[in-house]
Amino acid sequence: MSEPIKTDVVIIGAGPIGLFAVFELGLLDMKAHLIDILDKIGGQCAELYPEKPIYDIPGVPYTSAQGLVDALLTQIKPFGAQYHLGEMVESVEKIGEPLFRVRTDQGTTLESKIVVIAAGGGSFQPKRPPIPGIEPYEGKSVFYAVRKMEAFRGKRVLVVGGGDSALDWTLNLAPLASHLTLLHRRSEFRAAPDSVNKMMALVGDGKIDFVLGQVTALAGSDGQLGKAMVKTSDGSTFDIACDVMLPFFGLTMKLGPVAKWGFELKNNELIPVNTENFETSVPGIFAVGDIGWYPGKLKLILSGFHEAALMAQKAYRYCYPDKRLVFQYTTSSTSLQKKLGVSPVPAPAPVKV
Amino acid sequence: MVKITFIDSEGTARAVEGEVGATVMETAIKHGVPGIEAECGGACACSTCHVYIEEAWREKVGEPSPMEEDMLDFAFEVQPNSRLSCQIKVREDLDGLTVRTPERQA
Repeated sequence: MSEPIKTDVVIIGAGPIGLFAVFELGLLDMKAHLIDILDKIGGQCAELYPEKPIYDIPGVPYTSAQGLVDALLTQIKPFGAQYHLGEMVESVEKIGEPLFRVRTDQGTTLESKIVVIAAGGGSFQPKRPPIPGIEPYEGKSVFYAVRKMEAFRGKRVLVVGGGDSALDWTLNLAPLASHLTLLHRRSEFRAAPDSVNKMMALVGDGKIDFVLGQVTALAGSDGQLGKAMVKTSDGSTFDIACDVMLPFFGLTMKLGPVAKWGFELKNNELIPVNTENFETSVPGIFAVGDIGWYPGKLKLILSGFHEAALMAQKAYRYCYPDKRLVFQYTTSSTSLQKKLGVSPVPAPAPVKV
Repeated sequence: MVKITFIDSEGTARAVEGEVGATVMETAIKHGVPGIEAECGGACACSTCHVYIEEAWREKVGEPSPMEEDMLDFAFEVQPNSRLSCQIKVREDLDGLTVRTPERQA
């Protein structure tokens, strides 16, 4: 295990609320590290609907989801948050009063006084196709991500899907696989045209097969795949012999490891918090944004912003127990303006009379 | 008001009143019809509001747009009558529309 990274606050989730939490914490001199399972910043806004409009951010009549993320990144720039992207938090362990050890699936370990869960709808995880009897193969010969390409050398590989992931892995694994088949339900792709052209060239050269259809069943033994049964749009069926299958059907939000951190969840998916400071039942762990629940909770970005502001006030008391917290406005406080790196508005120049 | 019937994968039918101008997905969510998840909230960005249009209604409902077709790639067991219900607006002439929801959305 590598040396843990020490910081004031670990924020789980780099969506809009996690980002704004950096701002509110930063104004009160607390440094944050953010962890997100996605490989980019912005959460749902960036992953699901970057181009879509948002009309209900106070004072911002219109922005796109990505526009909001970009604006938040500009707003929090002075606070130098650190990001750990493409990592999923697996455990949050209490090791002090309060002090937490947070571990990710990529082996990163952090130690912080405060943990803020801003995980929205949970973590984005690959969609699992509802093929009957797929479970025993998962992790053995059915994979939703490629960690080590070498593992596919000499194998008969079946890639399923028509998006960028499906096309990228088709191109990357084609030279390694003993035989590669790309299976998709139609002849159009929602992937980069360049990847589609490269894939079609490989098909033209007889290096890989491209087949139209959808997988309906799997056959094999002890988790080792032997073939996939495929149905075409005209109803005919046939088999594709394969050692491994890689289905790429996009991402879906699942609560994920949060469910195992010992909170008594509301409706099995939300973390109850109080409305004074959005702390959970564990002192030092807060939940803000869509993942938190309290009577009257609305899943609105603006509500999450408010929650982050109140959370920071309480977090300060854990991080600086001996200091007095003076409430200040960014409009008038020179100390806040210094933290933001902005110069105070100069006094008007004297007017000659 | 326009009557819309949702039949789940086990054959249970639920008829609800849809408002003209709302989407079929919104109608399902508003009435708590199970089988429609609509994870992205109706942005045509997730394919978890996948429905099958009953044959008699296919022509009237129409075909998916290219963007919707792209998103259907992320749905499971896509059939020629597959649509994303967030992309179907409720209209007067859809009174009586019947759709089926798949066994699993995600």
